[in-house]
Amino acid sequence: MMAPKIPGIGLAKGLWLTLKTLFQRPPTINYPREKETPVPRARGVIALDIEACTVCMLCARECPDWCIYIEGHKEMQPPSKPGGRPRSRATLDRFDIDYALCMYCGICVEVCPFDALFWSPEYEYSEGSISSMLHDKERLAEWLKTVPAPPALEAK
Amino acid sequence: MIDNRLAAIHASDVSVSVELETPEMTLNLGPQHPSTHGVLRLVAKVDGEMITSVEPVIGYMHRGYEKLAEVRTYPQITALVNRIDWVSGFANEIPFMVAVERLMGIEAPPRAQYIRLILTEMARISSHLVFLSSYPLELGAATPLMHALRERERVLDLIEGVTGGRFHPNFNRIGGVKPAAGGGSGQKKVLQDLPAGFLADTRKAMDEVDDVCDDMVNLVLGNEIFVKRTRGVGIIPKDRGMEFGVSGPNLRASGVKFDLRKSDAYLPYANFEFDIPTGANGDCLDRYWVRMEEIRQATRIVRQAIDGLPGGDLQAKVPRIIKVPAGEVYVRAENPKGEMGYHVVSEGGRGPYRLKIRSASFSNISVLPWLLVGQLVPDIIAVLGSLDFVLGDVDR
Amino acid sequence: MSGLLENFWVLLALKVAIIAAVVPAVSLVFIFAELKISAHMQSRIGPYFAGGRWGWAQPLADGLKFIQKEDLVPDDADRPVFKFAPMVVLMSTLAVFVIVPFSPKLVVRDLDLGVFYALAAGSFGTIGVLMAGWSSANKYSLIGGLRAGAQLIAYELPLVLAVVGVVIQAGTMSFNGIVAAQAAPVFTIGEFAIHLPYLFQGQVIGFVIFIIAMLAELNRTPFDMPIAESELVMGYLTEYSGLRFTMFFLAEYAGMFSMSAIAATLFLGGWYLPGLSSGALEVLGPVILMAKVSLLVFVIIWFRWTFPRLREDQLQSIAWRWLIPLALLNIVGTAIAKVVL
Repeated sequence: MMAPKIPGIGLAKGLWLTLKTLFQRPPTINYPREKETPVPRARGVIALDIEACTVCMLCARECPDWCIYIEGHKEMQPPSKPGGRPRSRATLDRFDIDYALCMYCGICVEVCPFDALFWSPEYEYSEGSISSMLHDKERLAEWLKTVPAPPALEAK
Repeated sequence: MIDNRLAAIHASDVSVSVELETPEMTLNLGPQHPSTHGVLRLVAKVDGEMITSVEPVIGYMHRGYEKLAEVRTYPQITALVNRIDWVSGFANEIPFMVAVERLMGIEAPPRAQYIRLILTEMARISSHLVFLSSYPLELGAATPLMHALRERERVLDLIEGVTGGRFHPNFNRIGGVKPAAGGGSGQKKVLQDLPAGFLADTRKAMDEVDDVCDDMVNLVLGNEIFVKRTRGVGIIPKDRGMEFGVSGPNLRASGVKFDLRKSDAYLPYANFEFDIPTGANGDCLDRYWVRMEEIRQATRIVRQAIDGLPGGDLQAKVPRIIKVPAGEVYVRAENPKGEMGYHVVSEGGRGPYRLKIRSASFSNISVLPWLLVGQLVPDIIAVLGSLDFVLGDVDR
Repeated sequence: MSGLLENFWVLLALKVAIIAAVVPAVSLVFIFAELKISAHMQSRIGPYFAGGRWGWAQPLADGLKFIQKEDLVPDDADRPVFKFAPMVVLMSTLAVFVIVPFSPKLVVRDLDLGVFYALAAGSFGTIGVLMAGWSSANKYSLIGGLRAGAQLIAYELPLVLAVVGVVIQAGTMSFNGIVAAQAAPVFTIGEFAIHLPYLFQGQVIGFVIFIIAMLAELNRTPFDMPIAESELVMGYLTEYSGLRFTMFFLAEYAGMFSMSAIAATLFLGGWYLPGLSSGALEVLGPVILMAKVSLLVFVIIWFRWTFPRLREDQLQSIAWRWLIPLALLNIVGTAIAKVVL
């Protein structure tokens, strides 16, 4: 099928290719010193907008491996206009994502009805111990700064 | 059959080695071994370097996907199924999605189908590139690995640019592909259509992939030593392959012109022109060649698809909470590793009653005990590698 | 002082010390070269951080790491044999350097039977490999060791036969004699004398056979079946760790050095370079030889990172069906040419 005509020519072609590559610039990135920019849609880490969260628990329920832990309580808010009724508002006490368990499917981001969860392409949050992979709501809120603008779309 | 061949081997030895008869040795390859691609264990009985019997021991990576699926909703299962054969994650999602859509009686809009098709072919390219590169490694050549993986990275970057994941895209939704970034009023406006520059980058990447295939011809397929190692080794005859349920490139290498992309309309493959490469002998060399040709065919399909990409919606109208009417369906697809099928049984709930997964690698390696008898120890690795299996796909 | 240097034992100790220092140092350079060349052939950078620029200290760091590791001996291993094997391998490669002439004077001992000694000492290492494979009490090691043994038998013969051509042409088995014979002008055009190494004096077949057999002798790809990582894990090295593994590792590269030095001396003219006075050769000889050796080592590395490996039976068939008849023909041809010319 691909039998080389002259014996040894196949070996020579391979040698030529490796020799050529030897003098080419490698396309690698010198990681800790240089950094690659991940694509804006990259699913790196989940960021939380605490203000937007209404403790509806949809994300925790839809998560396929149930790695989101949410606790909250109701707080009475002063009425918005004088004479009105005091409103109750859900406040977030605990919002933890266990990244040791998370499988980065993004279902929580998709089901959130109030735009409280976002994907950030950040990836440098590895830890020495598995218990430190649990990010609490303050840590998740910090990721919010790294959420990029969505990419432009291909013209249809 | 096995016994006959064993008898033949021994009969030929009898005349010369009556006094040199050596006891058989059991060689235990794996579960930790450099060339078993994970945790496959082969218990091989060897006579010198000749193999007299092989017993594959599987299950070290059993994760219970079929059971996991029974206690999850359909959208949740989407996130699971692309982890079965992680080398071609995107392709795993397709048959499951199509199965659920058929049960629900909906169809994805044309643009979504085209995006699915493009990404599936890209997954095929990346999976086959892994094979093209890792197979020479099995035979002792380390350099093709880096050359092919360099180009695979381009393809994975493109997949990541669209879906957000390199290996586990999780981009398919019931009724199409992921339409928006989130469910909130703001995130709903962030469409997940192809990002700008994708089409141009893809064209360029396809050229690079074709180039690296030429490199692989120079480095591997044209190499006399490689040909010497693979020609006539591990021959799977046509009928024997079909009996064992071997599918995909492994079967096509044996000369069976069978490709589900042509015969089952799970994606609009009928709109494209492509050939089904088939081998002549069914040996390791043919299996390598067939996969290389499939990459070239895949780049051909991708080029046609991005030229003819239709506009329109990304997802058909689906209810907010997906409930699938009672019934059952089996949908199979031509995955890079072979035929992958999902048998979904629904009782009308939010999750399946039963999900049977037919994975290609499991059937493909079932031929091993028959195939390896009479081979030499170095050929175990040559044959094993040429079947191109992934342990996640074997054990599920 | 000069009286002390003329004492045989003092001189011997000095020479041994130089070899014991130079050979591992050069081996480290070759290890580094292999790391870097293989990386760039694969579109990688290779070692980058150790030691600052280009990661030049990577082999040293690797060595330090190996030394710190525990010296494991498997329970069922034949302990004395297991522990002794790496030393045998390392010793055999070092022993070859006794006869390698780095310059007209810089040679430990210019034996009259130099070629014979070099080949004998070089193949001695296979006994160490067999010892390692046998004593490890590991099936992979055993297969690897036996493959190495089979390989030695198959390739020692073409190796020796390939050298016979050179010996016939030079009329001596002394290495310095062979270099001197190559230094003699082949023919003269007027005032201008043409000097050619034996490679260009009709020993092409001999050289090719020598290189192939050398690769097999060194267990380098495409003949690295005794190690064959993808099949036999690490072959006879599987059970070794720490310092003993380092010895094997060093022996591999020292072996590359010694075999390349032999090949360079026999076929490429050794320390001789046409156009230099004998005084200059005295000084530059080691540099010239090292340049030739480096070229050969590069070729060895280059082959390793391009080719897959053959199968054991294919290797045997190449040796017995092709190389040995070819080498015999080469001897006959050389002998006829020697008589006729």
